[in-house]
Amino acid sequence: MNPLVPMIAATVVAATPLIYAALGETIVEKAGVLNLGIEGMMLIGAVAGFAATLATGSDFIGFIAAAAAGVALSLAFGFLTLNLQTNQVATGLALTLFGIGLSAFVGHNLAGTPLPPLPSIKIPGLTNIPVIGDLLFHYDIMVYLSLVLFAAVQWFVTKSHAGLTLRAIGESPSVAHAIGKPVLLTRYLAVMFGGACAGIAGAYLSLVQTPMWVEGMSAGKGWIALALVVFGTWKPARVVLGAYLFGGVTQFQLFAQGFGLPIPTEFLSMLPYAATIIVLVIICRDPKTILLNQPASLGISFHAAA
Amino acid sequence: MKLSKKWKSLGLAASFIITSSAAFAAEPLKVAFVYLGPVKDGGWTQMHDEARQKLEKALGSAIKTTFVENVPETADSERVFRQLAADGNKLIFATSFGYMEPLQKVAKVFPNVKFEHVNGFKTAPNISVYEPRFEEGFYLIGTIAGQMTKTNTLGFIGSFPIPSVMRNVDSMTLGALAVNPKVKMKPIWVNTWYDPGKERQAAETLIAQGADNVAQNTDSPASIQAAQEKGTYAFSIDADMASFGPKAQLTGTTEDWSGYYIAETKKVMDGTWTGNRHTRWGLKEGMVVMAPLNSAIPPEAVKVFEQKKAALISGDLKPFAGPISDNTGAEKVPSGKAMTDTDPAFNSVNWYVAGIDGSVPK
Repeated sequence: MNPLVPMIAATVVAATPLIYAALGETIVEKAGVLNLGIEGMMLIGAVAGFAATLATGSDFIGFIAAAAAGVALSLAFGFLTLNLQTNQVATGLALTLFGIGLSAFVGHNLAGTPLPPLPSIKIPGLTNIPVIGDLLFHYDIMVYLSLVLFAAVQWFVTKSHAGLTLRAIGESPSVAHAIGKPVLLTRYLAVMFGGACAGIAGAYLSLVQTPMWVEGMSAGKGWIALALVVFGTWKPARVVLGAYLFGGVTQFQLFAQGFGLPIPTEFLSMLPYAATIIVLVIICRDPKTILLNQPASLGISFHAAA
Repeated sequence: MKLSKKWKSLGLAASFIITSSAAFAAEPLKVAFVYLGPVKDGGWTQMHDEARQKLEKALGSAIKTTFVENVPETADSERVFRQLAADGNKLIFATSFGYMEPLQKVAKVFPNVKFEHVNGFKTAPNISVYEPRFEEGFYLIGTIAGQMTKTNTLGFIGSFPIPSVMRNVDSMTLGALAVNPKVKMKPIWVNTWYDPGKERQAAETLIAQGADNVAQNTDSPASIQAAQEKGTYAFSIDADMASFGPKAQLTGTTEDWSGYYIAETKKVMDGTWTGNRHTRWGLKEGMVVMAPLNSAIPPEAVKVFEQKKAALISGDLKPFAGPISDNTGAEKVPSGKAMTDTDPAFNSVNWYVAGIDGSVPK
């Protein structure tokens, strides 16, 4: 087998949870809300999805439960930041800490239990094409759904009327409010969507990538998803590209070692993060890209003045 | 009447003596354990807690144990040690390497409390250290892997390239080469003790590059799951992880700390405990225990495994017996000699034995 094929296949699997979490956060931030609690919502999603699948034997119910758990946690965030107008950065950080602790507490008795993995989809004919079959038609259903989600988010943000309202609220909630747009409701829906996506991203870890529950298993992926949103300058296509790029660099370090390339492993471990920083620096070199794309009211509480 | 009164007072006195001696007996020795992870982590910490329970069972009401879980290797641990010592615990087991510096500080403040530290190297008049001979377990893993491989390629998922982990990849390779001179070892370093996603990716990478027997020196069962799905073999560490891959896990190296914990607690009770000791126990003392062998291993291979195991226990076989040269050709252990844990070089192993692909991360 071509050595590149397993590397690309592994890249796709590594990138998928990032795509879910980052696309969800893109919508949240487009509405002008900064939710730093992705890591916490992912962990809650991971434990809820695992527990539900363990109890029912159905991966589908697992993902639904994970999304519901993510939404529940995001509602707490929404209530605090949107109704009580607490600081979004501090509340988001608190949400992450809370999610880490709560998931460990809830999952205390689930550790050490294995689950059967999600079967990959086999499309007769297509799966057996050499190279292309291995590259494109060998994944679990969640990989394909992540691309469907991307297409839906892309269409919603750029083409739909509701997406326009969302963006308007992210740019200037007071103006949107003045012309009668439901700022609070829209922001709530966006936050809930972000929670559901983060929950699904977490369940992808505990049901597909490594079918088990262990404390803190997201290992910082929620923070990477946050960075990817900026990295992609709030554009869904670039966010997805960034996720694949990040997944690819993470994979490359392991393959490079396996091939015995004489590069220090510490350097390779640093590479994905260094690449993220370098790209962020390049993006920020041109202030226009950030200024034009960042929702103008990102992270600012909205209080209806009149 | 008089007599009965006398008897009564005698009886009172007697009962007083009985109760007071009972009060002495009821004052059990307090023993505390500090854990890095949760007690149900399915690995390192769980093995320590199982040993704690065996200790309670063995010594009964003579002791009272407590534990604190999820203690990070930071200044937080210092606070935990201080609290436990102040609470009257006379013997405290610190079960993670990173507690070394906090322990040094706290031990100075509580000279009458005895401390035991796992895998460390700094002792004190009231600190002794203990460590399993992991290299024996990995040598035996190599014995199985060398016989079971069809591709003659083995894999190793390393955490950090520190001497105590380097020794494991080296001894596994030596164990495999002893039964199959054609094997090659591919190590991958993930630079973390614990990241299931990354461990899994590392395992899949090794499998994709032809390694059909992959061992790990990281903590999660992710690589066992990967092997189960890909139809290759894997080896557990710390705990038996066969439930995550009943077909994939051939054996593994696990620890049983109870023998040591019981022995040390007894020493404290009879006053013979001393500090400044380094204890290394292996297969012989039962601190290193091999996980059950998979039924997929043919009887001939099991026989070789048992022979090597017996030789390691009797001391006839040393994992690092010369001649050993590193993979650049430099001689590391001369013929006729063996590098053992009393050797200073043992604690600074930073080379790959011949048979390992690649160069040591610098």
